Amino acid sequence: METIISVKNVSKKYKEVTAVDNISFDVNKGEIFGFLGPNGAGKSTTIKMLTTLQRPTEGSLFLAGNNVSTAQDAARKTFGIVFQDPSLDDELTASENMKLHAALYSLDKKLAKERTEELLKLVELWDRKDSRVKTFSGGMKRRLEIARGLLHHPKILFLDEPTLGLDAQTRNLLWSYIKKLNEHEGMTILFTTHYLGEAEAIADRIAIIDHGKLVAMGDLEELKEQTNTETLEAAYLELTGKAVRDESLDTGDARKEIYRRIIANRR
Amino acid sequence: MNTIYILWLRQMIRFKRSGVRMVLSIVQPLVYFLTLGFGFNAMFQQAGKGSYIQFVVPGVIAQTILFTSIFWGMNIMWDKQFGFLKETMVAPVSRIKVMLGGSLGGATIAVIQGLMLFIIALIFGFHPYSWIMLGVTLLVMALLAISMVSFSSGVGAVVNDMQGFMAITNFLVIPLFFLSSALFPLDNVPTVMKVIASCNPLTYAVDAMRGSLINQSHFGLPIDFAVMGGTAILLIWFSIYRFNRIQI
Repeated sequence: METIISVKNVSKKYKEVTAVDNISFDVNKGEIFGFLGPNGAGKSTTIKMLTTLQRPTEGSLFLAGNNVSTAQDAARKTFGIVFQDPSLDDELTASENMKLHAALYSLDKKLAKERTEELLKLVELWDRKDSRVKTFSGGMKRRLEIARGLLHHPKILFLDEPTLGLDAQTRNLLWSYIKKLNEHEGMTILFTTHYLGEAEAIADRIAIIDHGKLVAMGDLEELKEQTNTETLEAAYLELTGKAVRDESLDTGDARKEIYRRIIANRR
Repeated sequence: MNTIYILWLRQMIRFKRSGVRMVLSIVQPLVYFLTLGFGFNAMFQQAGKGSYIQFVVPGVIAQTILFTSIFWGMNIMWDKQFGFLKETMVAPVSRIKVMLGGSLGGATIAVIQGLMLFIIALIFGFHPYSWIMLGVTLLVMALLAISMVSFSSGVGAVVNDMQGFMAITNFLVIPLFFLSSALFPLDNVPTVMKVIASCNPLTYAVDAMRGSLINQSHFGLPIDFAVMGGTAILLIWFSIYRFNRIQI
């Protein structure tokens, strides 16, 4: 099996908090890899380090052989990402967002145009391509982000809680796209989610992180065996305990949420 | 090049779609121009200084540009809080280009607003001494805009909350403006004020604007351009430095 994502002894420390504490794992090419853990466990921080948004305090991370700290641009070309929070330009239309992305990844114009059409049709947004993103619902935005993340044909797709806040229909639709992409294009997928049922249904392998440390890794059967439980949820609770966690300290999520509400009210 | 262009274009599209906000930011300088311009005109003339309207127009054009560009960092804060910055930060392009594309967009908008004010001033009777020198004025406007936009973007890249950003820029913008000779000539002010004004980079932009628009310059265009060029380089460097260190 060929390794495509490699995390080696990685730590991320903020002033007082160690968000990620010496974790190592590999993801194989073509795998669907679930990355689970309670709030504040270090999932998002790990994804941010993998996607060059944050620098690791220690250790190194590789995407298709490219060190994300020293070969940033080469590493950046290998992946697409759907963030936990939307990262679209609301004032632009769906197709303008796609065009911008194509330019940032220096895609051939003609190719980008064809692929935009194909992808927007795939996520059922083709008839809304000239509408501004601010008129879209949460689910439509998420679909557009996925289409955009795929535009440059990445080898790896990172999905940070892609189904958060979406209804069951949209969640179902999204996972079937993702599964299709994985099967047809051999795309490697690393995702995080709080819906354990989704992870159970789709992931080839799962890693569980808690308090910045990897507490378990393996396929579903291995995790169940290891914890002597019947379902992923039971195994997960066994591994991470039942205490409720605070939201992560590092990203200012709570503050973002407040801003978002203020702005939602203004509009 | 393509990256810079597309990020500039994004700002142009956003500006075009911003509707009322597009003209709102020139209202304040316009009020200054109309009230001060016509209010002080007679007094200024009695003091033998010529037309105050002629005198104050370069100052309020500089004000328009200053106000739009120094708050430009809000856009960076916005992109940071609402995600778009992440899209550019994970893309395989250098952050210098990301910074330059956005800043050139901001600077273009600031210059457009400065020109809008200039046109309004023409309607109210302002007349430049030489139409050819307008090219120099435009260059001054561009230099001022890119300096202030860069400064503001750099601050926006460092600071993580909007209150903090507003506190810093509000703290700076009023002293910068009032101690810049935008509203009064530097010839007869107390020495302390003159010294402070001489340390203020905006003074040189106003002075160069006045030099090229009404042929009245305190320091002379070469000194003005040297100071403005130096300031621009320093502030662009500051912004690039901060952009390279953004971690989201």
